[in-house]
Amino acid sequence: MEPLLEVRDLRVEFPTRRGILTALDGVSFSIAPGEVLGVVGESGAGKSMTGAAIIGLLEPPGRIAGGQILLNGKRIDNLRYDQMRRIRGREIGAIFQDPLTTLNPLYTVGHQLMETIQTHLGLDGAEARRRAIGWLEMVGIPAAAQRVDSYPHEFSGGMRQRVVIALALCAEPKLIVADEPTTALDVSIQAQVIALLKGLARDKGTSMMLVTHDMGVIAETADRVAVMYAGRIAEIGPVREVVKHPKHPYSVGLMASIPPLDRKVDHLAQIDGSMPRLSAIPRGCAFNPRCPEVFARCLVERPVLLETGATRAACWLYDEASEKRAPEAMRHG
Amino acid sequence: MAESPVLEVEDLVRYFDVSRPWLQRVLAGEGRRTLKAVDGISFSIPKGTTLSLVGESGCGKSTVARLVVGLYRPTRGRVMFEGVELERARAVAEQRRRMQMIFQDPYASLNPRWRVKDIVAEPIRAFGLTTGAQQQDRVAQLLTQVGLSPLDGEKFPHEFSGGQRQRISIARALSSNPDFLVCDEPTSALDVSVQAQILNLMKDLQVRLGLTYLFISHNLAVVRQVSDRIGVMYLGRLVELAPAETLFTAPRHPYTRALMEAIPDLEMTGRQRIPVGGEVPSPISPPSGCPFHPRCPLANDRCKAERPGLIPARGTEQSLTACHAVEEGRDGGVPAAQRIGTTATAL
Repeated sequence: MEPLLEVRDLRVEFPTRRGILTALDGVSFSIAPGEVLGVVGESGAGKSMTGAAIIGLLEPPGRIAGGQILLNGKRIDNLRYDQMRRIRGREIGAIFQDPLTTLNPLYTVGHQLMETIQTHLGLDGAEARRRAIGWLEMVGIPAAAQRVDSYPHEFSGGMRQRVVIALALCAEPKLIVADEPTTALDVSIQAQVIALLKGLARDKGTSMMLVTHDMGVIAETADRVAVMYAGRIAEIGPVREVVKHPKHPYSVGLMASIPPLDRKVDHLAQIDGSMPRLSAIPRGCAFNPRCPEVFARCLVERPVLLETGATRAACWLYDEASEKRAPEAMRHG
Repeated sequence: MAESPVLEVEDLVRYFDVSRPWLQRVLAGEGRRTLKAVDGISFSIPKGTTLSLVGESGCGKSTVARLVVGLYRPTRGRVMFEGVELERARAVAEQRRRMQMIFQDPYASLNPRWRVKDIVAEPIRAFGLTTGAQQQDRVAQLLTQVGLSPLDGEKFPHEFSGGQRQRISIARALSSNPDFLVCDEPTSALDVSVQAQILNLMKDLQVRLGLTYLFISHNLAVVRQVSDRIGVMYLGRLVELAPAETLFTAPRHPYTRALMEAIPDLEMTGRQRIPVGGEVPSPISPPSGCPFHPRCPLANDRCKAERPGLIPARGTEQSLTACHAVEEGRDGGVPAAQRIGTTATAL
């Protein structure tokens, strides 16, 4: 099937006084219609940046310096601001982490929903209002017909995030970019919101790019997952494979460091060190200073995504040409 | 283990006055409003062990942390530090030195204009422990102890990542040789691989230095890794207090069960989770009786009227549970061990 969204070799740069920082480097992936792609990584890995680039909301001076973003086979990375505005909302809906800053505190939630519906679907006021109430009901807001005239501050955090979801979905976009949609919520509310998002995406056949640092949320919601590290994709594949049988040493370390809920361990697996700053990304593989499997080639040559069976990992361990050189060569040589 | 507890909390209560200003109150004809942040909780922590308090935002767990180190004064009830009332204990510098706190946000809790060595040495200076070259040696030793280099002392906080900053906070807390540490969400602002580093470090330090911890967190998986006993809080009250293993293998209170049910797991068994409905009510006007009754599947008329006490649960006597349904046996008895994923989550 033709992918709904295709990102090809995306590169995002930030010019600073001390030179150009590369925030995203050679990021490629695609999302099929109706598919949920999870994007995980630690802070600074570039996962939110990827989402922002797709919806055309990179914070200046950030800019797309290379690559392409295609929606339904048409490029959207080079559109003018006003052209992109028509796509945002109508074709791509966005859900952000903090429901309080996403909503305008000066307008009722009904006003904000109706504005979006009227702008994108060209409906009259009465019909837009009817739909706005319908969406509030759909996302599980009780007494929607009355609540439609409430202001954002009159809702609790969980309810506000439901309003944000309604706002992202109300113009019936084909793709939702959800950036940490449940991070600001408590676990019991988080479970409600995940169930809601999953259900709506399935019923409406909406594709979703779900950005989060919470592997549990990804495991429950996504079909495929991309693990990002230092602005690059380290591994991408079906969620079950990446969670259960990760191939990239970073994914292995990341999965192992998640504290298990079902038992106590004496010593949690940890990845020593921390992610490099954008200004100091090592040559070769960005993970090489922390990698337990590092060998000579990793220090000089940047790995490309290689087939590892069920997933693709950017790691030289999976290149037959380099496997012949023992990883020990560097440590002992 | 038979020693007297390091910390004992008895019927601790802390209310906050959140009334509007007097004139507005009079004009609107409304009374004072009180937020019951902590509403009658009791626990004790034996030496060398960790008690964790878990709960969702607004349940009062951080208020307890602040009460216990004397940053807030209790409205009612007592905090005893090694058998001495907290207020009297804190009047003596020697006793103050023995309790320290680690905060959640390693970006906000370190002075950006101070060098790391000065940050770590501040408690040493404040309590007049050592001076001069000895003090420098001590700072170097502390930095090494938390996995940093003594040379890092010359740097400023902005030169460090979140995890390294939290190590600096820990070094600072340890610099006065405390026995008791209050850790308020110490890993919540950190990435998961770094969180593992800090949790391992804290466990290691506990064994080496014989520390006692009060650990505050919203993350049940983290709490399971560090605790000896766990208290689950809801709207300013303890609803369940149990040994860590018992709480996870046989959770009793309906809220504890709901919390565990709500955590997304890595198992992908395809199991349908039943999310608990509703949201946490406002602590300004908590529900009558049991505060959880509006969301509880087992609630009946008694739960609406009568506040349950924290008593040993039938079937799992080590657990204290504040629930009429558990007391009356309406909860279906001890749940099958492990309602949550049973196979390994580490991959």
